Order: sequence, then C-alpha cells, then structure tokens
Amino acid sequence: MGYIKVNQEKVTPEIAKELQKLCPFNAFDYVDGELSINSGCKICKICVNKGPSGVCLFVEGEKQVKIDKTKYKGITVVIQQRHSQAHKVAWELIGKALELAKKTGEAVYAVAIGDNLTKIVEEALEYGVDKVFVYESPLLKDFNVERYTTVIEAFFKKYQVNTILFGGTPEGRSLAPRVAARLKTGLTADCTMLDILPDGDLLQIRPAFGGNIMAKIHTPNTRPQMATIRYKMFLAPEKVKPKGEVVYENIDKLNMHSNIIIKSYEEAQKVKDISEAEIIVAVGRAFKKKKDLDLILPLVKSLGAEIACTRPLVENGWIDPRRQIGLSGRTVKPKLLVNLGISGSIQFIEGMKESEMIISVNNDPDNKLFKISDYAILGDIYEVLPELTALIKDYMSNNL
Amino acid sequence: MKIITCIKQVPASTKVDVDPKTGVLIRDSRNVKMNPYDLYALEASFKIKEKVNNCIIEAITMGPPSAKKVLEEALYMGSDEAMLLSDRAFAGADVLATAYSLSQLIRNIGDYELIICGKQTTDGDTAQVGPEIAEFLGISHIPYVSRIIEVKEKYIVVRSDLEHHSEIIKINLPCLLTISEGDLVPRLPSYNRKIEFKDYKIKSLSLKDLQDQDKKHYGLEGSPTQVQEIFPPNKSRESVRVTGNNKVVSLELFKILKEKKFI
Repeated sequence: MGYIKVNQEKVTPEIAKELQKLCPFNAFDYVDGELSINSGCKICKICVNKGPSGVCLFVEGEKQVKIDKTKYKGITVVIQQRHSQAHKVAWELIGKALELAKKTGEAVYAVAIGDNLTKIVEEALEYGVDKVFVYESPLLKDFNVERYTTVIEAFFKKYQVNTILFGGTPEGRSLAPRVAARLKTGLTADCTMLDILPDGDLLQIRPAFGGNIMAKIHTPNTRPQMATIRYKMFLAPEKVKPKGEVVYENIDKLNMHSNIIIKSYEEAQKVKDISEAEIIVAVGRAFKKKKDLDLILPLVKSLGAEIACTRPLVENGWIDPRRQIGLSGRTVKPKLLVNLGISGSIQFIEGMKESEMIISVNNDPDNKLFKISDYAILGDIYEVLPELTALIKDYMSNNL
Repeated sequence: MKIITCIKQVPASTKVDVDPKTGVLIRDSRNVKMNPYDLYALEASFKIKEKVNNCIIEAITMGPPSAKKVLEEALYMGSDEAMLLSDRAFAGADVLATAYSLSQLIRNIGDYELIICGKQTTDGDTAQVGPEIAEFLGISHIPYVSRIIEVKEKYIVVRSDLEHHSEIIKINLPCLLTISEGDLVPRLPSYNRKIEFKDYKIKSLSLKDLQDQDKKHYGLEGSPTQVQEIFPPNKSRESVRVTGNNKVVSLELFKILKEKKFI
C-alpha cells in the first residue's frame, strides 16, 4: 500500500522532463514548477527505483489488518455447462488445479451448477477431483448470472476455499467479476499461466498492456483468490478411477430472484472475422490454381481453422477480400497461424507477426517468414499437404 | 430516460517493451485515444436515445485530468453531458477498486435507467469492470450485447452474443449493458456539436465528492490484486527449422500440431 511522494526541492525542469519520459503511465504533471502525480499512477515505482535519486519516494501506507490465510483451503473449479454438457475448459482447469494442489497439499474441488448434472458429476470425478459440490435445480438449468453468483457466494461462505478458477468463456467472464465484487476480492482475467506458493498464494500471470508484456499478479490479503483462464491454455488430466466424494447442496434458502428473462436462443452460424479467429490457415502464391486450395481443407477442418490469404489470391478473385491478412487487409493475432506457401511481404508480416504461434511451410529456405516463425517447415506444399492429410485421416479414424 | 455511458482513455499504441537491462517499461505514453470498444458503447447509447423520448446521455470516465479529451469526443459524437472522476487517491486501482470508484460516481449522479460500457478496454483487456460496477450498484447486467431490439420504460430487449450461441434477453431497468461491436457503426464527432459545446464545462469530481470517502476503498489500498512483477514474454521465435524429405517434414508438422493440442 502507500503512495509516491515527490520531493519538490529536488525537482528541476530537466528532472521533471526525465520523470515524465520514464513514467509508462503518463502520471506526472509539471505545472508552474511543481511536479505532481495524477491518478494515472499505478505505483509501479519505476520513478522511485529508476528515476533520479531522492526525487520520488515511496511512502508506506497504514498497515492493513492481515487475514488469517490458513483458514482458507482448497482449489475450486467452477464447471460451466449448457444442456447438461460441461464446457471442456473445466477439465483443463481441474488438470491445473491438481498440479497446483501438489505444491500446497490442498484438496481440489469442482462446483457444478445446473440441472440434470449426473454425467457432469461423473466426469469431474473421473478427472480426479476430491469433491464435487452439486447445486441442482430447474431454476439453475440455464446460465443466469444473478442466480449463479448467489450460488457461488453461498458455496464460498460455507466452505471458505482458498482459490476459485473459472473458464474464460463469455459466461465465465460475466460471472467471475460479479462474484469477485460480491465477495470484495481480486480477480485476474485470462491468465495464461498459474503458479502457487507453498502457503497457498496464487500467482496469476497474464499479458498486460495489450500483449507484449507479462505481469505476475497476486492477491496478498483477500480470499478467495480468483482467476479466469481461457479454453485450451492447459491440459486436461488423464482420467483416473474416481475417488472423490459428491456433496449435494440445497438451494432452498438462496434468493433466486432474477431480472433477466431469456426469450429465445439462437445458435451462432455467422461468418467469423479472421481478426477474431483463434486458429488460421493462410495460403499464398505457391498455390497455382484455385482448385488446389482444396488441398488445405482436411487440415483446416481438423484444426477448426479459418482460411486466410495474401493479397495476390484476393486479386485473383479466389478468396473473399475479408480474408486477406496484411496492411491492406486484416491484422490477425491468432493462437496458431499456419502459413502455406507464403513468401512473406513486409505488408503481410505486419498484419500477422503478433500471432502466438506461427508455423510456416515453404520450399524456399530463404523466405522472410521463416525468421519470424516458431516452426519453419522446409517443404513443398504440393507434397506436404497430401502427406499431412493422410496422417490426419489416420489419426482421426483411430480416435473416434 | 437517463443513460450513463462509461468510457476510458487508453494508450493509442499497444506497443510496450521492457528494457532488458533496466527492466523499465518503454512505451509511448503521450499518444492516447478513446478505448475503441467505447465507441460502440456510445453508439449503442445514441441508438437507444433515438428510440425513446426525453433521453439524456452522460458520458463518464475516471483518469487523469487529461482524460477530459475522451469526454469531449463523446460530447461531439452525441452525449448530452460529461463528467470526470479524478483523484490521486485512485492511483494504482485494480479492477475491483476501479469498479468501486465508478459505482460511487454513478451513485453520485443518481437516477439512471441504463449504464452502458464497452465490452472491454484495449489496455487492461479484462472485460470485468462493467459486471463489477453492476454488482456494486446492485443491478443486473448483460454482457456482449450486439443489438438493441426494444426499449421500453420498464425494460429493454437486447441480443447478447456468447461463445456458440446468442440469447435474446428481456431485462428490467435499471441495468448495465456491455456492448460488443455487433451491427453498430460508431458515428464520428460532429463539427457542429463541437461549436455547440464550445462553452460547455466538463464537471470534474474527486474523492471528496463521493459518498464513501474512506481512502482504504480506493486506489492501490482498495485493490485486492497487486502486480508483483512485470517481465517480457518469452519470445519463442527462435525458429525451429524442420528439414528432410517430404514424408519426414509432414510427420514432424503433424506431431507439432498434435503436441500443441491443435489437432
């Protein structure tokens, strides 16, 4: 806690300028010879640690009353369901929770909220949780942020768990903040890594400031510690022989009032914008005719990818302009971008270089894309794609 | 009808680097703009105003005094009023403390039927502040609203886009909506409105104007989460080169995709 104090006696116009330049949050105002800190300050202490010595000082605030963290035990995963089907992100979170629990010796719990949850409860046990807490009622059949918040509040008040993890789905990202505000605790959105200290302090790691900086965040003095994590960040654990216990909870005493009436549902079938796509297969000029693009379809299907392309293919009229990557097209930042036969003009690279993982296939060892690819596959698309298709088909038929 | 639209000033560029030697963040902090998602929040507010009588839109933001710029933009686009919440006591606020501060400002404004936020900001990217404001105010919220279908005195009907489906929802007022792009096309600031608002004074409030003035509830002290460390990501673009005959590289490619859980 605390704040940054400016020692005005030491401030010169040069020092003010230096500090203004140093501060990443634009938090210094220099008016009439006085250097003040505005509300943009994030108390990152860069000005204290890296600024001119003795100008900025960190003043400790009042000591907070420390909570007794030993009273809170258990890592909990909230299972999201629709039509009595669990969202698979829950199993991945259970996998991570089991891993974390090894370091702290805590139990791993799952909370299932909905109606007709038998199958979900069985699955959760198969993934190795110690207990599943079940809140089953026709009132909870469909996701309702008001009711579900009340359920999780009741769960926490009863069981005093240390950590609660939510899937970073639209529903999870709506529910988790509501719960956090009700319990007046911290919540970190879309963590990409989680770790835990032996005393149970959760380390929440996520990109900050738009993605090219990582921040390690913790929740030093409130419980529960909460985080949302996106689908496909972690691995689901191997299934085991169920050993956990099922605890059925009663919701009769909970306030199930809701201001929300869902009038209808529509299943989404709209065309995805490639800039939102998580997985993209991009094609370039190595494809000699439009028909050859069919070669990529098995790969596209097995990845669940969107198709994108370079400008020449749009100019040929082979692919919709909305699928063009690059400065004159769209900027994309998918989790996976597979480039097939693309030489990598600077315009193209500017539109995709922030992608999380880049795999490029090209038969030219000196193409520009290879340098910014995580995996540079030297090969001819006309040879590699049929091979890959056979491997995928083989794998799929063995895993159905 | 009174609509309060929450907006935020964010860095214009998301390019941030860490000096590997000193650990200092390097970013161009002079260039700022309105959070792009807030343009949709404003547009949704204007669309609602077109559907009802006597509608007042008030744009609010929390930030340094220079954040007035985004409020001006909101006025020139179509807001009727604008208010800034600014105080050093709010420095270092995380999601909870930010949402709490904004909820206090909204309580200060008083009667409202709707609160409208963008779905998230491009600097924090949490999408959490909207729902937390709603919880602090004790009202319901609908996230990811892509269409305003019907607006009545007591309720509103909207479409909310979730992962694989959409919901058409009727919700009683007052409530909070977070807006995703949907069919909306944000309008540009109008020159005529700029002239119109030439003498308009944006109200500026600080901690002493709020009902709850306990500093422990705001800023760093009111923030349950703390940043321990900022560090550059592992730039894993140390390229792995895969070579061999076509069978070998194809198998290698397949293995990579499977190992990384893409297949």
